[in-house]
Amino acid sequence: MKSAIPNVNVMPPAADPDSAYVRIANLTKRFGDFMAVDDVSLDIRRGEIFCLLGGSGSGKTTLLRMLAGFELPSAGTIRIDGADMSAIPPYERPVNMMFQSYALFPHMSVEKNVAFGLEQEGRGREQIRHQVGEILDIVKMGGFGARKPHQLSGGQRQRVALARALVKRPKLLLLDEPLAALDKKLREHTQFELLNIQQRLGVTFIVVTHDQEEAMTLGTRLGVMNHGRIAQIGTPADIYESPATRFVADFIGSVNMFEGRVSDEGSDCLRIDCTELGCTVRAERTVSCTRGAIVWTAIRPEKINISRQPPTAAGQPGPAENAVRGTVREIAYMGDMSIYLVQIDSGRVMRVTLPNVMRGAERPIARQESVWLSWHGSSPVVLTE
Amino acid sequence: MRARGLFTRTALVLGLAFLYLPILSMIVFSFNNSRLVTVWDTAHSPTLKWYVALMSNEQILRAAWLSIRIALIAASAAVVLGTLAGMALTRLGAFRGRMLLAGMTTAPIVMPEVITGLSLLLLFVAMQQLIGWPKGVGAVTITLAHITFCMAYVTVVVQSRLSGFDEALEEAAMDLGARPLRVFLRITLPLILPAIASGWLLAFTLSWDDLVITQFVAGPGSSTLPMVIFSKVRFGVTPDVNALATIMVLIVATGIAVSTAWMRYRQQRRVRDLQLAAAANL
Amino acid sequence: MRLTTASGRRLVAGIPILWLLVLFLIPFIIVFRISFSEVRLAIPPYTPLLTWRHGSPVLQLHWSAYRFLFTDPLYVSSYLYSLKVAAVSTLCCLGLGYPMAYAIARSHAAVRPVLLMLIVLPFWTSFLLRVYAWIGLLKNNGVINNVLMYLGVIHHPLALLQTDFAVYIGIVYSYLPFMILPLYANLEKHDGTLLEAAADLGARPLRAFVRVTLPQSLAGIVAGSLLVFIPAVGEYVIPTLLGRTDQIMIGRVLSDEFFENRDWPVASAVAIVILLLLVVPIMLFQRLERRELEAAK
Ligand SMILES: Nc1ncnc2c1ncn2[C@@H]1O[C@H](COP(=O)(O)OP(=O)(O)OP(=O)(O)O)[C@@H](O)[C@H]1O
Ligand SMILES: [Mg+2]
Repeated sequence: MKSAIPNVNVMPPAADPDSAYVRIANLTKRFGDFMAVDDVSLDIRRGEIFCLLGGSGSGKTTLLRMLAGFELPSAGTIRIDGADMSAIPPYERPVNMMFQSYALFPHMSVEKNVAFGLEQEGRGREQIRHQVGEILDIVKMGGFGARKPHQLSGGQRQRVALARALVKRPKLLLLDEPLAALDKKLREHTQFELLNIQQRLGVTFIVVTHDQEEAMTLGTRLGVMNHGRIAQIGTPADIYESPATRFVADFIGSVNMFEGRVSDEGSDCLRIDCTELGCTVRAERTVSCTRGAIVWTAIRPEKINISRQPPTAAGQPGPAENAVRGTVREIAYMGDMSIYLVQIDSGRVMRVTLPNVMRGAERPIARQESVWLSWHGSSPVVLTE
Repeated sequence: MRARGLFTRTALVLGLAFLYLPILSMIVFSFNNSRLVTVWDTAHSPTLKWYVALMSNEQILRAAWLSIRIALIAASAAVVLGTLAGMALTRLGAFRGRMLLAGMTTAPIVMPEVITGLSLLLLFVAMQQLIGWPKGVGAVTITLAHITFCMAYVTVVVQSRLSGFDEALEEAAMDLGARPLRVFLRITLPLILPAIASGWLLAFTLSWDDLVITQFVAGPGSSTLPMVIFSKVRFGVTPDVNALATIMVLIVATGIAVSTAWMRYRQQRRVRDLQLAAAANL
Repeated sequence: MRLTTASGRRLVAGIPILWLLVLFLIPFIIVFRISFSEVRLAIPPYTPLLTWRHGSPVLQLHWSAYRFLFTDPLYVSSYLYSLKVAAVSTLCCLGLGYPMAYAIARSHAAVRPVLLMLIVLPFWTSFLLRVYAWIGLLKNNGVINNVLMYLGVIHHPLALLQTDFAVYIGIVYSYLPFMILPLYANLEKHDGTLLEAAADLGARPLRAFVRVTLPQSLAGIVAGSLLVFIPAVGEYVIPTLLGRTDQIMIGRVLSDEFFENRDWPVASAVAIVILLLLVVPIMLFQRLERRELEAAK
């Protein structure tokens, strides 16, 4: 296999990294009365991997199909590199798609499959042969050109599909659950290969997935969809650490969420009375809300401490802040970490995870033990919707 | 459980015997010397004399030749129209006239033949009055009629293949820059070709075999093979018809045997390919 | 989905629609029209529906063909006889076809294609010749009578040909594959574990069959029965070759009116009444067919 690939246009970094390369404005798709995609506006930058994440039926595929031109928007516009796509049929768009089912042509060999797109452009035979060989090498399928799709394994098919979509050097590559058909090990391995290829070719990727880990690994930015709408856009860290809504907080990772009422507002911190939690939560002030407003606090399981002694601040009389008592009900050992389900005094169960730092820790916390849970004031996220 | 298995299997065996006994008896008696068809003439049988008689029967040979030509044209035209109809019903989504087309392609399959035949003849008569074409009834009108009822069957065959077909393949081709006609020629057509081929064979057989509709729209001098056979057997059995039947059974059986062998060969190759793929799994 | 350009769409749908409009739908309108005319000795042998009197068109609807149909007992009895023959044949077909389809669906996966092939194979050979074969079997000095007499079961040949029995045999024989194939397609999809579940819940085999398998296969039963019943009502060849001479079926009546009597209006009226009798079964068949194709998606 060649190590350096000549002739591959590595896109220069865009002059203005914030400029929108794909601009989706107020895009809407109705099927009858049903809103599959509802007023989505979205900017995608040149050279990035944008991951669309969302539950089943949230409209991800429909959004992608509108970008590819298979589905006509009911309203809104799509611009790619400044050009309006409304009147452009799929076969003239500078966009290629990798299908979830791969959609390899069963009656053509791997080479023919990959060459198909170039033939449509009327390239010379020699050039086509060269480009096909090159891209097959990139996806490490160099020796398989003569095989038919049914003679390939799942991972190999996935790479042929990728090669077929990439060989036309599209401005934008759409990938609909590209790795869903692979088993877990192969999927993780392929994720990094995909990243590698994307960086080498500099193509802009939009990847649809409902696997949040995959989205975090691949995406430079994520868009979380819910019921046809975009719930939040941001970097993986943004979305995980500062979810904008209860839906996002709940959808990405796991979270302990409690309803409460704002009891005190300072210039940089909030106090929230949570009857469900049985303590007052002190949190950083990240949203604007007034005293008395109903809000939700979300605390990630790994940001909670678990201890047998009451935390130092909580030993004082009066209602405790950011600390509750509970009883361990269940412990799940996951290898790298353990999950504790702790029933707090109010009756709710909280989820806490601890990394297993030490081998065979001395006197680990056991089931039915009475414990204290506490967290730092920067951990809770306050959500108003 | 056991008892019902026994009962249904017995029914299957008896049913198959019921289906094949008449055909077998025709084959056996085609070698019978006696004119009496069903009385076995032990002294002089088996004999090939009815085959010889058949081969020198001008009328039957002429009718067979006409039937073949009509069936070839009708099957080919029906395949084109049926494929278009199948594409329209599965690939165009909702359009005006879809229900009409769907109805008009399933109705001819169950429509009693006398009605189809009568209505087609009346159409041809009316057309001749109005536009002067077709001139009288004959091979042309027979062919038009056959195309129409064969097309319905082809549509059903092609349509069911198309609806079990991953549309993403066509979308992928279009996504790679192929215009709609190219997508059809390079992707859809090669993949539905088996269905089109079996649709063609079906249409050929139906056209070759049709009597009732043909009788309505045929004219003097355009007797197809079924018409000649019918006029012969209507007034009693004749041994050379047995010989004809035997030849037809032979042709069909050979065709089926060859295609089965071919499919078995393909199947084996497929299994080998799958093993290869499994071995190559990275 | 936009798989074709606008003009392409129009062409793909337009050509078959146009063809079927001209050669399938319009012919029925013509039949309908002619059924309201009267015979006359001319070419064409019927009165025009519209005549011009004093410069304005006059619609002339003649009910004589229909009046004729309902007064002459020949027609009414032929209709009833055809319905009876079709119904009895359909039931016989179902009675034989259901267990056969069931046995095929439950047979070993390796022999299933062979069995199906055996069911379909006769269909590929001439229908006319297969019906003709039964003449040789059913005649007074035919194979069946000869064998029975040889075995000493009977001493005088049984009159088998030109009876209702012969017609039933002919129809069941010719239409059996049309009954078996939809039934098989339906039964094959059944989940064997359902029967096991029923047995587990204490249902005896026959009961399990009646309560579980039979209701599930209803769609197949209806589809197969319609595929046999509808064409059988208008059957022409089988009753002509094998059937009674004193009682003819309606398909033959239509053909005779047209070819022997050259009475086009009455032949058309006969056709229209057959269609009216069959319109409900035909629509039912179309609905089933549509549902079947949609389920395949
Ligand atoms: N052609 C169509 N006609 C009617 N409704 C449709 C059509 N295509 C999609 N929908 C509906 O639109 C909604 C969004 O579908 P879409 O395929 O975009 O979901 P998705 O986010 O890709 O889900 P998944 O993760 O399951 O693939 C679904 O409720 C679906 O039923
Ligand atoms: Mg999807």
